[in-house]
Amino acid sequence: MKDSLMIEVSELTKRYAGRTAVDEVSFSVARGEVVGLLGPNGAGKSTILRILSCFLAATSGTVSVAGFDVFSQSHEVRRRMGYMPENNPLPGEMRVREYLKFRARLKGLSASQTRERVAAVTEQCGLTDVSRKIIGHLSKGYRQRVGLADALVHEPELIILDEPTIGFDPNQIRAVRKLIKDLGRKHTILMSSHILPEVEMTCSRIIILHQGRILAADTTENLQRTLSSDGQVIAEIAAPITALTECWKEMELIEHFDIAPAEGDFHRCALTPRAGVDIRPLIFEQARAKGWTLRELTRSRHTLEDIFVHVVRGDKEDSL
Amino acid sequence: MQAYLTLVRRELGGFFIALTGYIIIAAVLFLVGLSFADMLVKLNGSATDAPLTEEFFVTVYFWLILLLTAPIMTMRSFAAEKFSGTFETLMTAPVGDLQVVLAKFSAALVFFLLTWLPLVIYILIIRRYSNDGALLDWRVVSSMVLGILLIGSLYISLGCLSSSLTRSQMIAAMISYGLGLGLFLLSLRALIAAPPEGWQAKLFSYISMTEHMQDFARGVIDTRRLVFYLSLTVLFLFLTLKVVESRRWK
Repeated sequence: MKDSLMIEVSELTKRYAGRTAVDEVSFSVARGEVVGLLGPNGAGKSTILRILSCFLAATSGTVSVAGFDVFSQSHEVRRRMGYMPENNPLPGEMRVREYLKFRARLKGLSASQTRERVAAVTEQCGLTDVSRKIIGHLSKGYRQRVGLADALVHEPELIILDEPTIGFDPNQIRAVRKLIKDLGRKHTILMSSHILPEVEMTCSRIIILHQGRILAADTTENLQRTLSSDGQVIAEIAAPITALTECWKEMELIEHFDIAPAEGDFHRCALTPRAGVDIRPLIFEQARAKGWTLRELTRSRHTLEDIFVHVVRGDKEDSL
Repeated sequence: MQAYLTLVRRELGGFFIALTGYIIIAAVLFLVGLSFADMLVKLNGSATDAPLTEEFFVTVYFWLILLLTAPIMTMRSFAAEKFSGTFETLMTAPVGDLQVVLAKFSAALVFFLLTWLPLVIYILIIRRYSNDGALLDWRVVSSMVLGILLIGSLYISLGCLSSSLTRSQMIAAMISYGLGLGLFLLSLRALIAAPPEGWQAKLFSYISMTEHMQDFARGVIDTRRLVFYLSLTVLFLFLTLKVVESRRWK
């Protein structure tokens, strides 16, 4: 069991002078998972990633990566981890190939391994065309790929990405997202973002942070299920309002309903089922049995955005 | 070891990629050249019994080179990386803090010695035209080079320390100018205003770099001087290491 855990964080706290950036955070990431850290700016995402990457030390709590402690065995951790910091800092004066070679040698690869791996990551990250260019002259999208190639060059078990798609245009975001998804097949990935659809699309599990604390942590689907509004179903049916009211009242699975007139004969019904059951087939059956025209039947699936606003607002109301 | 050598190569490369490296080389070339011209004028004048190396090095030029170039060479080392953020990628690679500090120090020191290379040409010129083999004894010359190396190490370690303290290259250069100049002024004070006797006189003669360089230029290698420079260099590098490590203090 222990072996299958890539990251284990327990009661991690980081205090800067007079401010607690991370407050008793505990979570773990299994091998092969793609996990997203989500939170507004200043939630403590970067601080957690910096501690994981051995750049900063925690005030208290323990963090281990692949079974090694990040503080006392940081060398072992760093050898197994590829890290791309926020804003992806790169030396602007070096050429792409030269930089990747330097990083590979720095990470302890032999000369022949370096040749092989640099060629491999250049190909993998789509840098073949620019490998001789000076990094400072590259577009932001290419620079990001250089950062990713650097994180990958020593074949790390764990890849940590801090805001990998910040400041991109939509096309570039799509390209980076695809790259991350591909990487997720072979590596464990922990990435942070404040853009919700981003983690929703790339990560299998999400940890929501706010003011240094974990608000929610679950798989993407579970989060949506538990936090979306109980699987509420919207149905637009052409039927008299009285018939509809009667029908919904009779159905035991419906806890609560609302009916609002729509254009023509149609009425828009918002139906809240008991215990999160999917009642769409039942409603379709009812409509067919009664000969009503059904023109819309949807289950409102909340986006992460809603979840996020919901969770964060809830927290704020608690503290008021 | 591989990481250390990789870093040294990268740092040295940095000097030659950026314009500052060439400006420093040009400045040193100019000052050493002036010093040489000055010496030739002196040699044409009255006879002197001081060794040629002393004429060469116990001059204002040597100190100008040292005081001007060391801070400029070292101001980049940590400050620029912290500013651009590459410090984070560097320190999250599997390299030790000590390796990083030593690599930055030794790369700057190697570059410092490289800027002194034109000196070889001047020595060869003097050898060629003086017809006097004893004029530049190789032992005296190597003692002088040792002096350059030791004093250079001290100033470069001081520069590394200043650079590690800040994110701004400007401030790094200012701190190391301040400290370096202060150290030098102490030497001057020993030369000009020190009391002839007592503990103060003793103290100032220990720390007077101008006096030390005079010894080196005469071919006198005093272990007290070796200990002075080596221990101060080690001290500054140790402090640099602590500053670099301080980001991981709890």
